[in-house]
Amino acid sequence: MVVQKSVSQTMMALNGDEAVAWAVKQSNVDVVAAYPITPQTIIVERISEFVHNGEVDMEFIRVESEHSALSASWGAALAGARAFTATAANGLALMWEILYITASTRTPVVMAVVNRALSAPINIHNDHSDSMGARDSGWIQIYSEDAQEAYDNTIMAFRIAEEAMLPVMITLDGFTISHTLQNVSVLPDEVVSNFVGIRKIPRIKLPHIYGEKEIPLMLNPKYPISFGPLDLFDYYFEHKVQQNEAMKASVPIIEKVHREFAEISGRSYEPVHMIPYKTEDADVVLLGLSSTMSVVRKVVDELRSEGKRVGAIRLRVFRPFPADMIRKELSKISTVGILDRSLSFGAEGGPVFMEVRSALYSSSSKPTVYDYVYGLGGRDLPPKLIKKAFNELLEAREEPEKPVIKYLGVRE
Amino acid sequence: MVAKAVWRPDIKELARIEGQKRPVESGHRLCAGCGAGIIIRQIAMAARKPLVWINATGCVEVATTIFPYTSWNIPWAHNAFENAAAVGSGVEAARKKLARVNRFDVDPDVELDYDVIVLGGDGGTYDIGLQAISGAFERRHKIMYVLYDNEAYMNTGIQRSGGTPFGARTTTTPVGKVIKGKPLFKKPIMDIMVAHGIPYAATVSPAYWNDALVKFRKGFEAEGPAFIHAFSTCPLGWGSAPEDTVKIMKLAVETCVFPLYEVVDGEYRLTGPSVSIAKNPDRKKPVEEYLKLQGRFRHMFKPENKWMIEKFQEWVDRQWETLLKRAGY
Ligand SMILES: Cc1ncc(C[n+]2csc(CCOP(=O)(O)OP(=O)(O)O)c2C)c(N)n1
Ligand code: SF4
Ligand SMILES: [Mg+2]
Repeated sequence: MVVQKSVSQTMMALNGDEAVAWAVKQSNVDVVAAYPITPQTIIVERISEFVHNGEVDMEFIRVESEHSALSASWGAALAGARAFTATAANGLALMWEILYITASTRTPVVMAVVNRALSAPINIHNDHSDSMGARDSGWIQIYSEDAQEAYDNTIMAFRIAEEAMLPVMITLDGFTISHTLQNVSVLPDEVVSNFVGIRKIPRIKLPHIYGEKEIPLMLNPKYPISFGPLDLFDYYFEHKVQQNEAMKASVPIIEKVHREFAEISGRSYEPVHMIPYKTEDADVVLLGLSSTMSVVRKVVDELRSEGKRVGAIRLRVFRPFPADMIRKELSKISTVGILDRSLSFGAEGGPVFMEVRSALYSSSSKPTVYDYVYGLGGRDLPPKLIKKAFNELLEAREEPEKPVIKYLGVRE
Repeated sequence: MVAKAVWRPDIKELARIEGQKRPVESGHRLCAGCGAGIIIRQIAMAARKPLVWINATGCVEVATTIFPYTSWNIPWAHNAFENAAAVGSGVEAARKKLARVNRFDVDPDVELDYDVIVLGGDGGTYDIGLQAISGAFERRHKIMYVLYDNEAYMNTGIQRSGGTPFGARTTTTPVGKVIKGKPLFKKPIMDIMVAHGIPYAATVSPAYWNDALVKFRKGFEAEGPAFIHAFSTCPLGWGSAPEDTVKIMKLAVETCVFPLYEVVDGEYRLTGPSVSIAKNPDRKKPVEEYLKLQGRFRHMFKPENKWMIEKFQEWVDRQWETLLKRAGY
C-alpha cells in the first residue's frame, strides 16, 4: 500500500471485523441480513449495536441461517436496496446455492467473508478453504491483508458491485485480522457517504414491452420485470458467456474505483490486482494472499540483507483472475513459489497454484512453479518456514526438484 | 389485528378487476385443470395494493416463465426452492427502508407502496422451505405466504412431500406389493404456522371463490405475516379429470378432508361450507366420495385395501373433531 497524501482521518483502534462493520455503517447500506459465525461474529454484533443505538438507518434482518442471509440480501437488492451480508466457513458453504444465483442474476450484494477453515473436522481458525471453494461462483473476490484494507475494501466493494452489476466478496483472515486490534484510519462519514453515494438503480430497455423507455432494473410495480425465469438450452449458454464477460468487464471498474478511493483516502493499492514487492531483480518469488504476505515481505527484507534476491507478490483480486498481469510480472522470474492456504482435493496443488501455473503456460518464459500448501486450520506459518521455502526455491533454481507440491509446517 | 370491515366480493366487480390487472397472461404452461392458476388469479383479485410476487421453485415458476418469455404482468422474482420466504423478507425490509427515507419520491418511475406475496408449493413449504418461513414469521415481516398444496413434488414428477396424504400413490411412494402408497399422514402445516403467533392464517379452497378472496384480502391487510393454505387440485399428479378440478376442491371441503377456517390472532373460526357441516354433521360426506375421483387413491378401493379408506376416514374425523373444539363447537 502506498500512502499518497494525508486527508483528515481518525485513527481508531479496531480489529478487522470492527473495521468492516465501521465501513458498512458509513456506506449508506439499506439492508443487512446476516447470521453469526466465528470469526465473523463481531461484524454482526457491531452492526446490531449501531442499529440499536440509532447510529444508522438500516434494516437489519437477523435471519435464521446463512442460506436465508444471502437470500434476503438478494431480495433486498432486487427491491432497490444496498445490501450487505457477512459470513465464514460453514456459513459460506451453506450459502453455496445462492452464491451462484446472486452472481448469475447480476445482483450487487456485498459480502465480507472472514476466512475460516471448512469442516470437518470443525475448526474456527483461518485458512482459505471457504472462499476458495466459492471461487467459481461468479463473485468478484478481493483479499485483504490487514484491518485497514478490510475497511477500505468494504467501502470500495459497494461501488464495484453496483457498477459491475456483480456481487463482491471481500475477505479477511479469521482471527489474524478479524480479532487483532490495529490502528485503522477511518474516513469522515460524509467522505465515505459521498464516495459510495446512495444506491443507484441501473436502467435498462425492454423494447418489446416498454419501447424506448429506460426502466429501473428492480422489483417495481410501475415497470414489472420477471427475475429468475426458467432458462433452458436455448439461452442458458449465452447467459453464462455474458456473465463471464461481465467478470472481465469488471476489471477496469475495479481499477477505477481503487484510483478514486486513493484520491479520498490517500491509500492506493496499486497496481490493484496484485502488489509486487522487490520483484524487479528477483531470482525467486513467493506469491500468496492476505495477511501472510506481510510476514513474507519481512522475510524478503531479511534475506535481501543476506544478499539473496528474493521477492514477493500479494494477490489481492483473485476473481477476476489477473492472468495477464501475472504473466507479465513473472516473465523474468525463473522460479516461483505459491502459498496456498487451501487444498483442492485430488488436484495437482491448491487453487492459487493451479491458476498461476495455468496462466504461465501461455507465457513464452515458463517459470518453474512450486506449491507450498500452508496454514490449514489456522496452523502458524513462522518466518523460519518462509525462509526455508525461499531457500528451497533458490536451490531449485539451480537444480529443479520434485515434488512440485509441498506442505509447509505440517508434521511428517 | 385484521381489518374489521368484511369485504364482500362482487362477481361483476371481480370480472372488471380481472380484466384490468390479470397477474398472469394466457400462454403459460400449467396443465389444463391446474388449481394453481386459479389461486394466482384469486390472490391478485383480492389485492388492493400493487404486488411484488416472490415464487419458490416448482410448477408455477416453471410453467409461467421460460426465457425470453414470462406470463407475469406484475413484478415477479424466483430465486430458489427453499428460500422464497427469506427472499420475501429481504424485499419487505428493503421496501420499508426505502419508503421510510422517501428514496424514490422524486422518481415517477418507481412505486414503493406494494404488498409482498410469497407463493410456494407443498414441497417448498412443508419440507425444504419450512425453516425460512419459520424465520420470516418469527421476525414478523409483513408478507403474505401462500402455500398452493397439490400434495406432492409435481414439477419433478410427482414425488411425495410432507403434504402428501395417507395412501396416495406417488413415484416415491408407489403402490408396491408390500407397501401401498404413502404410509404416513400429512404434516399439520396450519398448526405449525399458527404456532408462530402470526396475526392471520387461513385455509382456502379456490372452488369457494368468495371465501378465498375474502381470506386473501384479510391476509394482505394483516398487520404482520399471514399464511394461507390453499388447496390445489393437480390433475396430472392426482390422476383426476381436468374437468373435475373444482368438484374435487368442493368435495375436499364437504368431506372435511380440507376444512375451511381462519385463525385470527389465535382465534379459530370455521368459514364457508365447513360452518354448515359443523352445525349439521349429517352434511359431512364420506371420504370415498373425494378419494374415488383420483387415480392416486385407486388401489385403496380394492377389497384387500379397504382398511386404508377406513384409516383415512379416521384421520379425517379426528382432525375435524380437533378443529371443531378449537372453533368452539
Ligand atoms: C435445493 C433443491 N432441491 C431440489 C430441487 C428440485 N425440485 C424442483 S421443484 C421440486 C418440487 C416442487 O414441489 P412443490 O414445492 O410441491 O411444487 P410443485 O412443483 O408441486 O408445484 C423439486 C424437488 C430444487 N430445485 N432445489
Ligand atoms: S403438474 Fe399439477 S400442479 Fe403442475 S401444472 Fe400440472 S396440474 Fe398444475
Ligand atoms: Mg407440490
